[in-house]
Amino acid sequence: MDAFTTHTGTAAPLRRTNVDTDQIIPAEYLKRITRTGFEDGLFVAWRTNEPDFVLNRPEHAGASILVAGPDFGTGSSREHAVWALMDGGFRVVISSRFADIFRNNSTKAGLLTVLLPQPEVEALWQAVEADPTTQVTVDLGSRTVAYGSTTVPFEIDDYTRWRLLEGLDDVGLTERHLADIEAYEATREPWLPTALPARG
Amino acid sequence: MPKTLAEKVYDAHVVRSAAGEPDLLFIDLHLVHEVTSPQAFDGLRAAGRTVRRPDLTMATEDHNVPTLDVLAPIADPVSRAQVEALRRNAAEFGVRLAPMGDRDQGIVHVIGPQLGLTQPGMTIVCGDSHTSTHGAFGALAFGIGTSEVEHVLATQTLPQYRPRQMAVTVDGELPAGVSAKDVILAVIAQIGTGGGQGHVIEYRGSAIEKLSMEARMTICNMSIEAGAKAGLIAPDETTFAFLAGRPHAPQGADWDAAVEHWRTLRTDEGAVFDREVRIDAASLAPYVTWGTNPGQGLPISGRVPDPADFADEGDRRDVEGALAYMGLTPGTPLREIEVDTVFLGSCTNGRIEDLRVAAELLRGKRIDPSTRMLVVPGSVAVKSQAEAEGLDRVFLDAGAEWRGAGCSMCLGMNPDQLRPGERSASTSNRNFQGRQGKGGRTHLVSPAVAAATALTGRLTAPADLETADLTSAGV
Repeated sequence: MDAFTTHTGTAAPLRRTNVDTDQIIPAEYLKRITRTGFEDGLFVAWRTNEPDFVLNRPEHAGASILVAGPDFGTGSSREHAVWALMDGGFRVVISSRFADIFRNNSTKAGLLTVLLPQPEVEALWQAVEADPTTQVTVDLGSRTVAYGSTTVPFEIDDYTRWRLLEGLDDVGLTERHLADIEAYEATREPWLPTALPARG
Repeated sequence: MPKTLAEKVYDAHVVRSAAGEPDLLFIDLHLVHEVTSPQAFDGLRAAGRTVRRPDLTMATEDHNVPTLDVLAPIADPVSRAQVEALRRNAAEFGVRLAPMGDRDQGIVHVIGPQLGLTQPGMTIVCGDSHTSTHGAFGALAFGIGTSEVEHVLATQTLPQYRPRQMAVTVDGELPAGVSAKDVILAVIAQIGTGGGQGHVIEYRGSAIEKLSMEARMTICNMSIEAGAKAGLIAPDETTFAFLAGRPHAPQGADWDAAVEHWRTLRTDEGAVFDREVRIDAASLAPYVTWGTNPGQGLPISGRVPDPADFADEGDRRDVEGALAYMGLTPGTPLREIEVDTVFLGSCTNGRIEDLRVAAELLRGKRIDPSTRMLVVPGSVAVKSQAEAEGLDRVFLDAGAEWRGAGCSMCLGMNPDQLRPGERSASTSNRNFQGRQGKGGRTHLVSPAVAAATALTGRLTAPADLETADLTSAGV
């Protein structure tokens, strides 16, 4: 996973609530077995059917920060939604509420999700709508979002922040605790089921 | 300190706990399917890792599989490549796979319980958000992404933060014709798609205790639609009776030891929930959704809402967008909405009891001639059982299509899709835009409402049918 320290870019205001992962990337794009190249599926229905969709507007071309309404990323656990956003050039998503699995997947893949109170999201929407060239800086070190003369703090737990700053892979971290895993395994009840062998 | 059921299961699986770090949780069962696993297996290969516990891992093919000609090669080359990747990965890493044509094949959340692999007190994960289904047995079961699938394959553990605790208590008697699906649609309509965020929901109360295991699975299945991490129900005699004799259930002295432990899996008196919701079962009615998220549902006696009635600007825009997509006019009685397709199936409602309820309503009748009805059993075993009971004949005689097992039209990754503008009554779990096919419009319903709707071609509750029958008899 790539490390995330600070990012500056323009922002796209996605004034929609309950953006589910089927909208971020529909199931037909999930048949691929690769981990990259999902940008063609990103918001494809809205990009195709709504000429005025925010990501179709030239003034928001090249945006790398998505500012979305509450309950972003609901529904399916598909990590492809995170990959599609990253393949589509996004490094940060800002919302007042994220679905848990989406947020969790983001931290694994290196997409920063920033929780801001809805009034702060609204203020940011207005700023980037008024001037789409507004440069927004998201700094994980200082845990702030800054644009124009505004600086807003956000919260993120220390552990996730450290992992993102260092770009660390969870599997490698867990493998340091192999002895603990083995000790736990020795205590498991013998009647717990196994999938192998298959029934006769 | 008194604990909730979810806290007991969580605590019993902590491998390692350290201040300022997530807990490391042991995973008792990892279910795998073709869509969210290929990149995880690739990750293992790239790092030279193996599957740590293939004996605690079970794979099946469900999302992509056609429901017609299931023994022929998959026609769609991209779907075929994904299924073939799973077969290669399962063989290479020593993971048991139930492929198409196998007697154990089916939707991953149907086969776990059916095989007796899903048991009380376990931690169960799968790269699929409807893993919460397994919570019906008192297991802590939740969906994960592909990076986490790789993590579990490699280590049989997951870093986790302790979830918050929520109780949804449903007391009283459910009225006739009101099912588990209606209960959970009502819960989601009440608390919203984000209402359970960060929480594990324990469903409790006398109405829940009276439910069969399959009905409990329907309820736990849709916990994710309320945003919850998981949903669970305390195991009881109903749970034990369901498990007894299943292929992977404990036997003999092991069974006795297991049941003794399972009886301790209850929320302690005085345990604290962070949030509590109470619902009077007697107040519930058949629910249908009108919008494009599962929280946008109403009793079937209701009308399509008017955006003008929503004070919050975001909500108003949400409702306007939903109605535009769904092609609905505010004030229209829900019972007047005509559907093109009825889908009976999915991990929510593709089990044998669901098929029985629908078949009972269809027996000896014909569905509306302009309506197509697709019946897709959740697994090969459900299909065989239904055929042994003659339910396939009931569906076919009524004019419905009887298909092979899989996820099918729930998400349209196989050829079973809605056409643009087509409208369905679906027993699945998500009415998101385009979920069942580009431009398709979905109304979520129970199996009973699905069957009644197939008969009339309009959203219909089972109780409405008597009136409809009288009318036609009088002509």
